[in-house]
Amino acid sequence: MTPLRVSIAGAVASILLLLVVLELIRSRRLKERYALLWLATGIVLLVLSAWRGGLNTIARWLGVTGYPPAVLFAVGILFVILVLLHYSTVISRLSDESVTLAQRLALLEQRLGEEDEASPGG
Amino acid sequence: MARPVAVVPALNEEASIGGVIEGIRAFDPTFDVVVVADGSTDRTPEVAAEHGAHVLRLPFNVGIGGAVQTGFRYAWEHGCEVVVRVDGDGQHDPAELGAVLAPVLAGQADVAVGSRFVGTDGYRSSRARRVGIRVLAWTVSAIVGQRVTDPTSGFQALNRRAIALFAADYPHDYPEVEATVMAHRCGLRLVEVPVTMRERGGGRSSINSLHSIYYMVKVLLALFVDLFRRPATPLEET
Repeated sequence: MTPLRVSIAGAVASILLLLVVLELIRSRRLKERYALLWLATGIVLLVLSAWRGGLNTIARWLGVTGYPPAVLFAVGILFVILVLLHYSTVISRLSDESVTLAQRLALLEQRLGEEDEASPGG
Repeated sequence: MARPVAVVPALNEEASIGGVIEGIRAFDPTFDVVVVADGSTDRTPEVAAEHGAHVLRLPFNVGIGGAVQTGFRYAWEHGCEVVVRVDGDGQHDPAELGAVLAPVLAGQADVAVGSRFVGTDGYRSSRARRVGIRVLAWTVSAIVGQRVTDPTSGFQALNRRAIALFAADYPHDYPEVEATVMAHRCGLRLVEVPVTMRERGGGRSSINSLHSIYYMVKVLLALFVDLFRRPATPLEET
């Protein structure tokens, strides 16, 4: 069985995570679309911390016989990997988009420059 | 006075965009039609320009909220007093613009929204989607304390007060639901008028079933968090 103190610590940490994420959304420092995975992380960890029988059952399914809270770590790490992977795709898209923006800007500047040359004094 | 602006967001709508522009012209030729091509990869911008629209070409897809806001900013910077939004896929019939515009022109509302669910209903959509819209309608109605039947409708007319708000701050991914609550919290008057929406004229809806779930979760989260936010600040006349 999971030690009670581990469960309490896990639940408190999950609630803190949820509150911090919600406050970041509220103050517009985090967009909803990038917050959903974090919220899912917090909720899943909170459920697994508070629902101690469930954690034991899942640990047994996974063959974790010695120390059920190990499942908590595993799930936490899994979610962190998911968030990182998600961010990698977001960063890839952003870098593509900033290249496109720079190209559009260069093309527009070139066109503006030619228009200025065509109409001197304008 | 500046001409009224019709903001027409479009992704890849080369098949329907011409008809939409002509429809707006037929309703009222004084409208400045502004097509916002949101990273279109087909001939949408070219077709729109051929039909005499002003084309704002976004270099990549920014999503419907960002696209519509581009049009609102255009309208704001051109000093325009009245804006309508008509989607480029042809689901909004420009012939019904009169009904949507009436409350705004009469000074009875700052934002008027064409609703599929008030009065006549010529609209068929999937059951899941109708249920989703009803859940959102119920939530929004509870927050704004006024019956809102179609909070996802993008068929809208706005006056300058509303443009000042939405040019400053407009939700990004799926904007209409959140924008309704934003408008209410900033003291804007909302009115729904009955309209009939058509089957899409071409292209595909950007919302499929997996997306619907993401949509619901994201929008409900946004509505919830909005309750704890200070209302947005509208732009001010310079």
